Amino acid sequence: MKQINLSGIVKSYGKEVVVKNLDLTVKPGEFLTILGPSGCGKTTTLRMIAGLEEPDEGLIELGERTVFSRKEGIILPPEMRGLGLIFQSYALWPHMTVAKNITLALKEQRLSKADIAARLANALKLVQLEGYAKRYPSELSGGQQQRVAVARLIALRPSFLLMDEPLSNLDAKLRTEMRASLKRLHRDLEATTVYVTHDQIEALTLSDRIIIMNEGRIMQEGTPFEIYHHPANLFVAEFIGDPGINLFTGTVQGDVLDCGDVSIPLPEALAKRGGKLVAAIRPEKLLVLNTAKSGWQEVKTEILQPTGADTILQVKAGETSMTLLQSGFITLPEGTSLWVSFDPESLSFFDPDSQENLRGELG
Amino acid sequence: MSDTAAPRGKPPFFSRQNMAYQVYRFKNKPEIIIGVLCLGFLSFVVLVPLLQIVKDAFTFQSYDLAYQRDGEVGAFTLLHFDRVFNQPISKALFVKPLINSLKMGFAVTLIAIFVGSSLAWLMVRTNVHFKGVFGAMLVFPYMMPSWVMALAWLSLFKNDRIGGSEGLLTYLTGVQVPDWVAYGYVPIVFTLAMHYYAYTYLLISGALATVDSELEEAGATCGLGKWKRIRVITMPLLMPALGSAVVLTFIRILGTFGTPALLGLPVRFFTFSTQIYASINARNQGDAYVLALVLIVLAISFIWINSRIIGVRKSYVTMTGKGFRKRESDLGKWRWPATILVILFLCMTVIMPLLLLLWESLTLIPGNYSLSNLTTYFWVGQGNVQLAYGEPGVIHNKGILGALGNSVKLGFMAALFNGALGLLVGYAVVRGRGAKLARWLEGIAFAPYIFPSIALGAIYIGMFSTNIGPVPALYGTFTILVLITVIKNLPFTSRTGIAAMLQIHQSLEETARVQGIGWFRRMFRIIIPLSMSGLVAGMLLTFITAMRELSLIILLISPGNMVLTGVIFGYQEQDMAQHSSAVTLMLVLIIITISVIVRLLSRSAGVGRLSAT
Repeated sequence: MKQINLSGIVKSYGKEVVVKNLDLTVKPGEFLTILGPSGCGKTTTLRMIAGLEEPDEGLIELGERTVFSRKEGIILPPEMRGLGLIFQSYALWPHMTVAKNITLALKEQRLSKADIAARLANALKLVQLEGYAKRYPSELSGGQQQRVAVARLIALRPSFLLMDEPLSNLDAKLRTEMRASLKRLHRDLEATTVYVTHDQIEALTLSDRIIIMNEGRIMQEGTPFEIYHHPANLFVAEFIGDPGINLFTGTVQGDVLDCGDVSIPLPEALAKRGGKLVAAIRPEKLLVLNTAKSGWQEVKTEILQPTGADTILQVKAGETSMTLLQSGFITLPEGTSLWVSFDPESLSFFDPDSQENLRGELG
Repeated sequence: MSDTAAPRGKPPFFSRQNMAYQVYRFKNKPEIIIGVLCLGFLSFVVLVPLLQIVKDAFTFQSYDLAYQRDGEVGAFTLLHFDRVFNQPISKALFVKPLINSLKMGFAVTLIAIFVGSSLAWLMVRTNVHFKGVFGAMLVFPYMMPSWVMALAWLSLFKNDRIGGSEGLLTYLTGVQVPDWVAYGYVPIVFTLAMHYYAYTYLLISGALATVDSELEEAGATCGLGKWKRIRVITMPLLMPALGSAVVLTFIRILGTFGTPALLGLPVRFFTFSTQIYASINARNQGDAYVLALVLIVLAISFIWINSRIIGVRKSYVTMTGKGFRKRESDLGKWRWPATILVILFLCMTVIMPLLLLLWESLTLIPGNYSLSNLTTYFWVGQGNVQLAYGEPGVIHNKGILGALGNSVKLGFMAALFNGALGLLVGYAVVRGRGAKLARWLEGIAFAPYIFPSIALGAIYIGMFSTNIGPVPALYGTFTILVLITVIKNLPFTSRTGIAAMLQIHQSLEETARVQGIGWFRRMFRIIIPLSMSGLVAGMLLTFITAMRELSLIILLISPGNMVLTGVIFGYQEQDMAQHSSAVTLMLVLIIITISVIVRLLSRSAGVGRLSAT
């Protein structure tokens, strides 16, 4: 069983606790992404799995093997964990050719010459770098260097794959291409994969499952769909989505949430709850008309940002700003009136004190 | 989270699990193992000797019986301190050398800084001609013993004071050169300054090259005038480099032996270094230890004062004279005069001394500089009882050739060990960044910097004259020369090692670790190849230093481990100027040849072309 299991992991640097009692299981063959802002403990977590950092407490198992247990007194060094790791910097050895970069670790395993040659050829073929074996890393483009790093792992055939922001050094266009090649690597190796990133697009497009971390804690774990549509708390709601989610803080008044300039329809359960609430809705979920309709909220356009296929509209209802996302290339004069409606199906509600999603209370 | 089988928590400290954990942990961190080993070794060869001479200085020694019959050998005593600081002899033993050393140190430092920074400014910031040739020539003194100038000075100005022959000037003009020109304070300061400017030049030009001229231009756009820009922008940025140049020069001057011995002893002008040498020769080691301690205290207080003034503690720039061209100001009509000035300066400090030595080595009867008196006897002669006590010429002289072999061996071994030690210290310090161990290691690797050369030599006499545990007595062996050379150069090589390691991104090693590649292979396949260019430069520096060093080892050489610099000093003491000149020339030629070969080899091997990111 190629499962990765972390439990009760605590890690601190000096007085600063960077990972706080983390429990995490990656299922065999799963592609799991740890997503979070910088400094949230995600890279530390990955490095602890690899053995490059030592947890203060807790247990780490790779498959059947316990590789770290503070209680049992076990630490396996990284070289004995049988992992593959891709660094942000690719970490190609600049003084070795592509072929040497790929085969150094294979020689360490004392594979036969024929076997090494076959694996090298196969790996280069899979990343489409045949004919580059004799080049030095400095003679390759960024994307090619990245593919060498991938080929190095293909040749090594690890059962566990760790990736630390492997795409962040590439330009936007190459990123889309490399996302596909990383996904292929995962599929070809059938490796249990942990991917660390601060880029939500990468997380949403690549992962089977996402874990969102902040300040050393897991804020939510779930499929990309769940994370996007049902954020467990305000942190996740605000962190995921670009343009960001619209938030409205208000007081329950009858069956609506009164937020000053706008009032938002409430489900029955929450209307009974009363008090203060935060309502959230994604920009693309707001319904928009360019003619008045009763019960719809009038807004005035402020700034429009057409991105080609879509347009981001910053609008104002009185003093309250909100963001809309509509398909198509839209140009409108500033101050044009639009009418929006809050689709009850698309609204989420949060407790302003606990910050938690109140979905549970809806029954 | 709160079930009883929770994986959290730590086992008790003395449990089997915790012990296993600590052992694993230690084993997994090669940088800690290396760090501990290096720290242990360096403490043994740096701190223990220091404590040893402190102890010896306070202990009644058997040779003290000559002064105090009823003394008990091994008992605590203040006798040595009393002699050095309190008795009437103190004036000759301590006060005069102190004044002379300080006078010499300040004057040389001042001149060296002035000359070095003027040259640095000309070379880095102006359009003076022939920069390539000048750049190579200006660092030549670095490859020569510091007392080559002193030897050349004697060839030129020697008078009849110490008997024997007279110098070129007297030969040509018939005028007796006055003592104050031939010997003592003035020539010592002049010849030392004309050597040590090379160090200040390297440090300051390196720093000047990194001061972005855009910063000055930014100042100009704010309306600052030319001099104000230099004063407000350039100077503060150069202060750390200037400060470390001052400290470096001053400490080296305090510890230098050759020049004060050659030019000072004939007129009984004693500095600390020559007084320590004289005390050891007079078998008053106790006095020498006390003087060495005073010298170390002086050096430390000087570093302290300097860091107080500059306000930057870690500003000791390493010697890497890496220069890249910056905006040059046009000298205009002063371009040729400045160029000629540099040429004259180079003739005086590099070419003329070597030519004088060559001439000297070719004269049959010393003091007669006519063409008819020229001979190759001192180079190729077989030995003649009527000449120079029957000493054969250089290429037939067993003593010289043996010392040559020793010098080269010393250079290579010191370079090799220094490179290895620098690499390991660099590895342990950089990988262990932030931990106490790394800081201690960095500190102790830097410690030999504060020991003036002659004082370190004195320390090593005290330390290794008897066996310590399994370490045999090393006095008089070749090993002790290698050891002291490695230790004295460690501050520079460990800096080189740290700088080289910092350039190798951690992930290059980590990725190998994760792929299952063990420590030795990581070192030999990744770390060493990637740090090679820095290491080779550092090792070459050690080689050069080891070959030309005298102050450090003068107290430690004996017929059994004689090296070339010792041979030269011996000939000079016996007033055999032709021999000492010939051997000096040979030494300089060998150093230059080998460093050129190493540079060419490392360039053709492509070392230094790799970008290790």
